Amino acid sequence: MTAAILPLTLDRAGYAVGGKPLLSDVTLTVPAGRRLIVLGANGAGKSLLLRLCHGLIEPTSGRRRWAQGEARPGAQAMVFQRPILLRRTVAANLAYPLALRGLPRAGRADTVARTLDRFGLAALADRPARLLSGGEQQRLALARAWVTGPQVLFLDEPCSALDPSATRIIEEMIARFSAEGITIVMTTHDLGQARRLAQDVAFLHRGRLIEHQAADGFFAGPQTPEARAFLAGDLIW
Amino acid sequence: MSPTRRHVLSALTGLTLLAALPARAQEFITVASTTSTENSGLFGHILPIFQAETGIEVRVIAQGTGQALETGRRGDADVVFVHARAQEDKFVAAGWGVQRFDVMYNDFVLVGPAEDPAGAGPATTAAEAMANVAAAAAPFASRGDDSGTHVAEMNLWSTAGIRPEGGWYLSTGSGMGATLNTAAQAGAYALTDRGTWLGFNNRGPLQIVFQGDPVLFNPYGIILVNPEKHPHVKAEAGQKFIDWIVSPAGQRAIADFRIGGEQLFFGSAG
Amino acid sequence: MESPFVTAFTLMQRADPALMQIIGLSLRVTLTAVLIACVIGLPLGAALALARFPGRGGVIVLFNALMGLPPVVAGLVIYLALSRSGPLGTFALLFTPAAMIAAQTLLILPIVVSLTRSVVEDLWAEYRDQLLSLGANRLRAVPTLLWDGRVSLLTGVLAGFGRASAEVGAVLIVGGNIAGHTRTMTTAITLETNRGNLGLAVALGIILMALTLSLNAAAWAAGQWARSRLG
Repeated sequence: MTAAILPLTLDRAGYAVGGKPLLSDVTLTVPAGRRLIVLGANGAGKSLLLRLCHGLIEPTSGRRRWAQGEARPGAQAMVFQRPILLRRTVAANLAYPLALRGLPRAGRADTVARTLDRFGLAALADRPARLLSGGEQQRLALARAWVTGPQVLFLDEPCSALDPSATRIIEEMIARFSAEGITIVMTTHDLGQARRLAQDVAFLHRGRLIEHQAADGFFAGPQTPEARAFLAGDLIW
Repeated sequence: MSPTRRHVLSALTGLTLLAALPARAQEFITVASTTSTENSGLFGHILPIFQAETGIEVRVIAQGTGQALETGRRGDADVVFVHARAQEDKFVAAGWGVQRFDVMYNDFVLVGPAEDPAGAGPATTAAEAMANVAAAAAPFASRGDDSGTHVAEMNLWSTAGIRPEGGWYLSTGSGMGATLNTAAQAGAYALTDRGTWLGFNNRGPLQIVFQGDPVLFNPYGIILVNPEKHPHVKAEAGQKFIDWIVSPAGQRAIADFRIGGEQLFFGSAG
Repeated sequence: MESPFVTAFTLMQRADPALMQIIGLSLRVTLTAVLIACVIGLPLGAALALARFPGRGGVIVLFNALMGLPPVVAGLVIYLALSRSGPLGTFALLFTPAAMIAAQTLLILPIVVSLTRSVVEDLWAEYRDQLLSLGANRLRAVPTLLWDGRVSLLTGVLAGFGRASAEVGAVLIVGGNIAGHTRTMTTAITLETNRGNLGLAVALGIILMALTLSLNAAAWAAGQWARSRLG
């Protein structure tokens, strides 16, 4: 494995659009090897936080720091709520990030074949990716994120559009990634899912990180009234 | 090789040849000429004869006389072959052309609706016939494009002392054929060269209502573009074409061109 | 007047050599122009969609407006450029198929550029985060977006082909409608109209439409196939 890029540190990071702060003053350390679930109401800034960590947007104030300078794509990957699959075959979708990384064609085919096997996609290899079912599409998106061997995987509501059986498959895959040592940072609005997967919880409220602790502690006794209300199912704003 | 495969092969070869067209490395000259000569079909008749004799291909661009002279002036043609005497002389005088040769003539005719509502037919001169059309305010379709035919028409109006304007006067700004199409549709009078008229197949209600006045005489001249102005002009091949067309052989080819048994152009060289 | 449909059919059945040559030249000129316009226009349109530079809006408006460039004006521009008295006169290209290809390329290019820009811009909005996440930069995204937009882009290319194969103003000016050399379907139709051979002109029009129709049908079928095959 290449040099570790974790921990990831946000130092008073903020993100504002047109003077309107969407994330403010977020200080957060993501250590290696943990499963961190980001919780919060709609519009609290969960997706934005993930995009900021992943590097799709830059903080407008404060800093984002990896252990090794700027983490290159490949060492970190992201799975979106609705994955954008390319209009080509399943196998070609898996080969694409490898090609971006400059892997020679022969090596690509080999890695793609192994990945297809591992994710149970071998039978679908030559199918057009856009014609897969929702669950199969998300499985392919996970495989595509995994294929470059990331150290940290960001997942933005990966199951929100899926039925329970597809959700279970995705959760199992996430658990296996974690068992392999991949750090997981994931948002969800499904509290059951959060309880099943979380080792740590970060709770966002109106763009601010107001709670960050181990999952057991968070679910047993949240420290802030907002988190308590959130867990109780109240609508908070 | 099986017949099917040969078919496929020859079809492929044909396509390739089409795509590679025109790959003929043949000597050619470019002649800027008038729509009247091209539309009548004269070139289709005489050029193959010339090419068979000399091996020189003649590429004709059919334009109005004004535009054809401009094409020559810009050096985009080797020879101009037009019919507007005054403009031709000016072209040579300004040094754009080497020398003008008489080639042939046909004549202009006034065509109009068969019933001749303006009474142009009984006139004794062409100018009078035109004046009758104007007096009756009968529709008249004009080329309006600075072509040789248009120049001849304007000369007739000026002889008749008439400034053609008003709702009856349709300036089409297009070639002879397009103007005749307009006239046929509008039931209008029009001045046309006889060659285009004889070769024209969409006459509708039109027929010749006036002809025969000597002022309707329509001479064609041929001029080599001056190689001193445009060094790339193919002077030798161009001169060969001019020499041929004014020679007895060329004049005979022109005289032999007929439509419905009628001769369209009359040699005037020599 | 014999029915133009009968005339058209007879002409095709006889495989009239002059007609075949005219059809061949028309296809060669237009398809070459489409090809050149694509080679230049697809990357240019995609670059215009992704690049941000001062004056970008002006360039986009310019290309949109150029889609309405009258063929005669395109013809005149090429005519003046290629004329012996023009800046490119030494190449002796006026009144050749090459000049016609240049004029038609000028006509099609704005269509290809504008449509590509629009298609790629929409795709980029959809794909941006995913492609950047996978490690592509804007430059590397260009071929990906072009390939994923291929079915939509095909429509633009067909629009370009349609404009080029239908126009007469430009090819007439720069080609000169020389028999056996630069006479295309449209200039032949013009000539026959001027000769008053309206039946023959319509017959040629029918053949041209049949060609355009077959080509569009083939492209549509290819698009449908790609859609069902690759989503």
